Amino acid sequence: MSFWTRHQVFEKNSIILVVGILLVIAIGGLVEITPLFYLKSTIEKVDGVRPYTPLELAGRNVYVREGCYLCHSQMIRPLRDEVERYGHFSLAAESMFDHPFQWGSKRTGPDLARVGAKYSDDWHVTHLTNPRAIVPQSVMPGYPFLSQNEVDPDAIADHMRTLRTVGVPYTDDQIASASADLKAQADPENAGTDAFNKRYAKAVVRNFDGKTGTPTEMDALIAYLQMLGTLVDFKIYNEKANLR
Amino acid sequence: MSQPSISKSMTIGESGLAVVFAVTAFLCVIASAKALDAPFAFHAALSAAASLAAVFVIVNRYLDRPAALPAQEINGRPNYNMGPIKFSSFMAMFWGIAGFLVGLIIASQLAWPALNFDLPWIQFGRLRPLHTSAVIFAFGGNVLIATSFYVVQKSCRARLAGDLAPWFVVVGYNFFILIAGTGYLLGVTQSKEYAEPEWYADLWLTIVWVAYLLVFLATIIKRKEPHIFVANWFYLAFIVTIAVLHLGNNPALPVSVFGSKSYIVWGGIQDAMVQWWYGHNAVGFFLTAGFLAIMYYFIPKRAERPIYSYRLSIIHFWALIFLYIWAGPHHLHYTALPDWTQTLGMTFSIMLWMPSWGGMINGLMTLSGAWDKLRTDPVLRMLVVSVAFYGMSTFEGPMMSIKVVNSLSHYTDWTIGHVHSGALGWVGFVSFGALYCLVPWAWNRKGLYSLKLVNWHFWVATLGIVLYISAMWVSGILQGLMWRAYTSLGFLEYSFIETVEAMHPFYIIRAAGGGLFLIGALIMAYNLWMTVRVGEAEVQMPVALQPAE
Repeated sequence: MSFWTRHQVFEKNSIILVVGILLVIAIGGLVEITPLFYLKSTIEKVDGVRPYTPLELAGRNVYVREGCYLCHSQMIRPLRDEVERYGHFSLAAESMFDHPFQWGSKRTGPDLARVGAKYSDDWHVTHLTNPRAIVPQSVMPGYPFLSQNEVDPDAIADHMRTLRTVGVPYTDDQIASASADLKAQADPENAGTDAFNKRYAKAVVRNFDGKTGTPTEMDALIAYLQMLGTLVDFKIYNEKANLR
Repeated sequence: MSQPSISKSMTIGESGLAVVFAVTAFLCVIASAKALDAPFAFHAALSAAASLAAVFVIVNRYLDRPAALPAQEINGRPNYNMGPIKFSSFMAMFWGIAGFLVGLIIASQLAWPALNFDLPWIQFGRLRPLHTSAVIFAFGGNVLIATSFYVVQKSCRARLAGDLAPWFVVVGYNFFILIAGTGYLLGVTQSKEYAEPEWYADLWLTIVWVAYLLVFLATIIKRKEPHIFVANWFYLAFIVTIAVLHLGNNPALPVSVFGSKSYIVWGGIQDAMVQWWYGHNAVGFFLTAGFLAIMYYFIPKRAERPIYSYRLSIIHFWALIFLYIWAGPHHLHYTALPDWTQTLGMTFSIMLWMPSWGGMINGLMTLSGAWDKLRTDPVLRMLVVSVAFYGMSTFEGPMMSIKVVNSLSHYTDWTIGHVHSGALGWVGFVSFGALYCLVPWAWNRKGLYSLKLVNWHFWVATLGIVLYISAMWVSGILQGLMWRAYTSLGFLEYSFIETVEAMHPFYIIRAAGGGLFLIGALIMAYNLWMTVRVGEAEVQMPVALQPAE
């Protein structure tokens, strides 16, 4: 019986055809995806990477909501010009707590993986409110409404709890203090800043949008932008340590 | 005379669906009242209203219909079910124009950023998913559902399975689009490209998609032909694989069942890989396999020639679906994804060139002996040019998946140009060609209102595509080269903003190209509208010759 005659089993039986399709499409995905969950070399061991603070997480949600990832990547490739323009190439560990990832696929604007601490908070407030006030040739939309929207400090604990369920290692302490921490990070006068700093290494406490009162989405987004790429100290990072 | 028939009663489907929708309406009212955020409240209210409308329509339809359900056959010929096909064709045209229009708006926003008006709902970041979803899932999806329901009936010589089920599929799918689209404008997104809808929209789509698979499969099972026609293999692969991809990419945990926000269970690098496994195969199975099914039915039909090679279609089918699924990692070249995965993705992407061109050859060579029809039939010309664009973009794709090429092209407009040569040239034209065939068939018209207008559509849209993709090639390569340009002293030559500035003229040309494509679609909508409104009805086959008196 020739190959072509044998093939008729698929042409004459819809269920066998469906099973055949399922088997054929399963292979590629299984081979490429499953090892990423157990091969230890997939994510290198790096000091410094921590889950987002409540305010940063709120800012990240604004980043997601407004679709920033459509024009800004967060993935520096190990190419000479990119490393010189943006900094050390991105490590897998740096996005290990990202649900979902924000690597992006297009650079209508520059990469943001290491934008943290590159510009002042004032710069960000002005730029987000009206990008062309600072960069006349920019094609970025303005986001003045972020300053008007307050972040609800009491809502964030539920978000952290959800993230913990999907694998982000928030502690009970961090979740219990989420609301207080969110307010403390945007207010240097706040009594809770010391406790906050103990819970989140290298987190920056500042009044990001320069306004008093409940933190706004502007505070949150800038807190997020200002921490991007700052967690790993590349002065002491040893590339060779992860070779095997 | 008009006494009600005693035997008339609701089918299980009718009563079951009416009850399910009544319960859904009740639950949605509660969800709306307890909602944590405004978009969720709006969507729950919308769902409650839609569920009530569904109950009303189902009951009303029952009261109006005759006691017996539509016959499977009339006079020994299958009694084809054209209602859901007409609905989906209409929605395809509607969403197509909406999607092209939003595309034109966002293209213009990139050229003139003042068009964002500093408003959250219409800024680029929210409109861009609306554009991609409207053209891929709303326009493309409705074309696929309409054509698949037509092709499966005709090629199986059987009436579409189910009574309410096909309606549930077409209306349910379009309701998903409505929820997804309004969600984007309100900032509801999970930020996974081409899979932006949040958890509740995903759940609803899952239900609709399973119903779609069942209707399609049940129709095949009751076929009168021994063989399953080639186009149906491709439709089946499209439906089955999209289900797998949708389930694999979207598992998410909602923060609250009364809120729109959820967190995806995958994180970081695994999320990236799962996302592009999904993303590339949304291209491979939604935008390729599904539309190849259209090619395999509509081109032979329109050209009145058999498919060039049956054996080639067998090889084409299995090779395409096997290889496509591996290609995802080429979206992640030089990222933190392990090298082995990138290399595998690149290798399979290059291999994918072969079945792609095999399919193109099978489509084009179907014209052998009928090439002259290209001169006289603009609809066939549209179908054939779509296959040529398919060949072009499936050569460009493997080329761009080569790592060194990708190091230049990735993150630039070249990708956007590549996508649009496939989307406008291949998916757009093959859909237009199919709709130009399908509308007269479904509405029982002799032919189109005007072939001259089809010709206009063809040339205006082709000019638009050429402007679009050539502008994006130039801007993409220019951008890539400027990013890596060094001065003789070894410094980066251009700041980022200088590369943005250099894109401006190309963004204007691109918007102009998109505008032409939209004008073409408007011409088409008018033509189809007039075909339905004033087209001459096809004289159906005479039942029997009457003896002369």
